[in-house]
Amino acid sequence: MVVKGVQFRNHRVMGDIIELARRYRDEGADELVFYDITASPDGRTVDRNWVNRVAEVLDIPFCVAGGIRNLADAETVLNLGADKISINSPALENPDLIETLARRFGSQCVVVGVDSLARGSANGNGASESPTEPDYAVYQYTGDPNRSRTSGRRTLDWIAEAQSRGAGEIVLNCMNQDGVRKGYDIEQLARVRAVCRVPLIASGGAGAMQHFREVFQCADVDGALAASVFHTAAIPIPELKRFLINAAIPMRPPEEE
Amino acid sequence: MNPTPVIIASGGANLASLCFALQRLGCDAPVSEDPELIESASHVILPGVGAARDAMDRLTAAGLTEVIPRLRQPVLGICLGLQLLYTGSDEDDAECLGIIPGQARRFPASSRLPVPQMGWNAVRKVADTPLLQGLEDGGYAYFIHSYALVKGPQTCGVADYGGVFSAMVQHDNFFATQFHPERSARFGAAVLSNFLRI
Repeated sequence: MVVKGVQFRNHRVMGDIIELARRYRDEGADELVFYDITASPDGRTVDRNWVNRVAEVLDIPFCVAGGIRNLADAETVLNLGADKISINSPALENPDLIETLARRFGSQCVVVGVDSLARGSANGNGASESPTEPDYAVYQYTGDPNRSRTSGRRTLDWIAEAQSRGAGEIVLNCMNQDGVRKGYDIEQLARVRAVCRVPLIASGGAGAMQHFREVFQCADVDGALAASVFHTAAIPIPELKRFLINAAIPMRPPEEE
Repeated sequence: MNPTPVIIASGGANLASLCFALQRLGCDAPVSEDPELIESASHVILPGVGAARDAMDRLTAAGLTEVIPRLRQPVLGICLGLQLLYTGSDEDDAECLGIIPGQARRFPASSRLPVPQMGWNAVRKVADTPLLQGLEDGGYAYFIHSYALVKGPQTCGVADYGGVFSAMVQHDNFFATQFHPERSARFGAAVLSNFLRI
């Protein structure tokens, strides 16, 4: 099942995963990311056969995130047909895992997900040292509201390290914005873009079509990820793509019916 | 007659998506490194995920570096499989199959574009190829790669990523795509389907 939370809490069941995969394929999504939120925090072995069922129906790339803690987990998911694996908390616990996976499968398979909280913001826990220099902290175990906590790492440092260890893509989830539909955190994404030489995917905050245009134009990201607005069909993907193409942002056009 | 393609087991982790893509076209293609099975196939697909030297080592161990250049049926290289058809790759200074002259080079690090290229890009036709039959020019395909071949006499489709590179090539019975047709939606399915009709 696919679920979507608001600021990482209160996950709602969003419908059968295969049905959603088909729907997004037909609507012209360029890539899908599946967050297996049951997998990560409690450390149990999960049934991954859904990955194979997804691979069977999809003709676009997809990434699996959640519960990939070692080479064997990664190999299972990739052999079942996923194109990429995304690691988050396990990479923070054991940064060598990034190198191990990149050496075995190639950097192009290895996505590092980063949950980042701007400190000093309304939703943040601490105060920024200076009002002009926002401080961004990496959080871990965000899949479980009771365990979610700061990792003690700063976002820009962690992204630089992840890249040098072989991450092939960064998904930056700006936690202050997650699920609240007020727009992507352009300032944070632009700062990360400046140090990120691998593809950067923006996540957290999409609520309107202009938010997508803004994040491509102002933060120069390579992709924009969203969940709520697509799940609820508040923003139809073909309409969004036409809007962005009209704004001169190059992308694969929606398929004609 | 229905095509009976065989996928060469080149060691890449992700052959499931290619198998499923062929299934959607009505073909159950075995994945094999058996030279006899490969030689008897109607069509041969050489996929590739990972590093050039690893893939060449595996092909060498299976005795396929002699077999593949002698194949007479249509052969389709995909992604690294395209690069393997050439003389060599700058990746680990790998010597490749040598079917097409040329050397795969890394995208320049000086470019402001991220390397690897991971995403959708438009493919423009520069020479006639059966692979693009019935397709509009400029269709989008999905690429994941850090190395590429410059445009050469064998190039029939190009894409632009800080400069033009070979997205599709053709040399006698050898065809190849730098993109992943199995992950390129309807455009990719049409390319695979066109290949199976050659």
